[in-house]
Amino acid sequence: MSRAESGGMTEADPGKGPRSGSGRAADDAPPEAIVAIPLRHPWRILIAVVLVLGLAVFVLDAAQRPDYGWADVGKYIFDRRISQAAWVTLWLTIYAMIGAIVIGLVLAIMRLSPNPVLKNIAWLYIWIFRGTPVYVQLVFWGLVSLIYPVFTIGIPFMDPWVTIPNGIFTNLFITAVIGLGLNEAAYMSEIVRAGLLSVDRGQEEAATALALSWGQTMRFVVVPQAMKIIIPPTGNEVISMLKTTSLVAAIPLSIDLYGVSRGISAVTFTPVPLLIVASLWYLLFTSVLMVGQHFIEKRFSRGTGRADSGRQSPTSDAAAPAGPAAPGAVLPGEPGAPLGNDFGGKG
Amino acid sequence: MTGVPMVLAEKVSKNFGTNRVLRGISLEVGRGQVLCIVGPSGSGKSTFLRCINHLERVDGGRLSIDGELVGYRQKGGKLYELKLSEAAFQRREIGMVFQRFNLFPHLTALENITLAPIRVKGLSKAKANARAKELLERVGLGDKGDAYPAHLSGGQQQRVAIARALAMDPKLMLFDEPTSALDPELVGEVLEVMKELAKSGMTMVVVTHEMGFAREVADTLVFMDEGVVVEAGPPRAVLSNPQHGRTKEFLSKVL
Repeated sequence: MSRAESGGMTEADPGKGPRSGSGRAADDAPPEAIVAIPLRHPWRILIAVVLVLGLAVFVLDAAQRPDYGWADVGKYIFDRRISQAAWVTLWLTIYAMIGAIVIGLVLAIMRLSPNPVLKNIAWLYIWIFRGTPVYVQLVFWGLVSLIYPVFTIGIPFMDPWVTIPNGIFTNLFITAVIGLGLNEAAYMSEIVRAGLLSVDRGQEEAATALALSWGQTMRFVVVPQAMKIIIPPTGNEVISMLKTTSLVAAIPLSIDLYGVSRGISAVTFTPVPLLIVASLWYLLFTSVLMVGQHFIEKRFSRGTGRADSGRQSPTSDAAAPAGPAAPGAVLPGEPGAPLGNDFGGKG
Repeated sequence: MTGVPMVLAEKVSKNFGTNRVLRGISLEVGRGQVLCIVGPSGSGKSTFLRCINHLERVDGGRLSIDGELVGYRQKGGKLYELKLSEAAFQRREIGMVFQRFNLFPHLTALENITLAPIRVKGLSKAKANARAKELLERVGLGDKGDAYPAHLSGGQQQRVAIARALAMDPKLMLFDEPTSALDPELVGEVLEVMKELAKSGMTMVVVTHEMGFAREVADTLVFMDEGVVVEAGPPRAVLSNPQHGRTKEFLSKVL
């Protein structure tokens, strides 16, 4: 095998083969470089100049308008209340996403399971949570503590055995995490499902043939391979979630970044500078996440189907089997080319 | 050889919708025997193989492995479909090798082999590793345990796949066109491993286009077409003196 492959390589790559030096020097001389006037793009330059001038006018104008309150922007950008609120926004994002990923994974697996009950439950969940606006859902979750002031355990319509005060939905932060997480879970489940479906059917079949159960097949074979499809869009969802947290005002929770900046501006009557402050903080977070996203996508876009090559040295496809690794490959009774021909019955 | 054949098929039939893929397949594979199935594509030979380890459900007839009905349990004259876990339990002793290898690309060769013994049989990691190394040695890949499938040639991948199936200590091995996806020069190394396996007394059912292999290794050669067994017998007899027109026609094209 290795002999055949290395032979193929020299043929495919004559420039590096032993023949290149012998009597073919003329062919090897570098060809004359093309001297030509490059294609010009005058319209690109013109449009760029116009846009830059327009932007300059806007910036100069904005710098002088009192409504922007640049002094207030400077005053509040590092205000302790604001930075604490930014912290709250960050944790809202993290908790909601963790919940969404876990529930989304469960939902996706339920939808693909052979069990029709699980399948339909997952479908119903996704139908409801994707079919209604997240803002409306958050308003609803804010009202849950009014609808269900206490949780009870017992036989329906009889005196309850246990009564627990509804402590979950009276905590608005937890309510926000639940509201955001449950909504996002519906979207995450679609991402996870796409990832699971991207795994070749043969993988599941091979695992089944090895007598692995369906759960084991998912856990050890399908899900690990789906991850490389799932992770990049999940990064996008994190960025999206960070911005969606501003909607918790619907609950109403007002300790997040947008809520606090709105609260301050309600007292100072300077809405614009505080919106700019909040926007700058959101931009800071999303920029950091986008940098992370860039590396995640780079890491996971390495040749679909052979992404695991990242775990070893990034040798080129052709070089790896033909290189020094070859000796061990020829062991079973020296089955090189001749044997293959013997049994290649179609010849 | 004990009385019960390893594979016993009696009028096995299988439909995909209105498409009758298998129309009453009857055959028998004794312990330690090698059965090769040849035939044109779409003749149902792969489907029959997949029925043997219940990757496909049998719709009619009886199919039993080592005296045990595949996919069903007979009780009081009635057939009951097996639970998924029971079907999985039946598969523990049937190894399968696929045309497209179907190695798990996120696991090394060694991990591919040890996954099922550890998770299904509950072997300790050390024991499973030791056994996997033995098996890799046996298929001539002793030094490739840490390689990922993407870094192995097709022939090497298929040999790892054979080792993976052997790790469950099967009493029956199924091969579904194991060399059809391979470059011609890699076919020999896989057939070599399969020959060694046959010599060691493994019961094998092989769907293949490799007539040379069938001639040399098979105890029985079956020619299938359009869901029926057209002709069966000792490979030399079938290959050199086919009785049926369809067999003759097929063989004239492939030999």
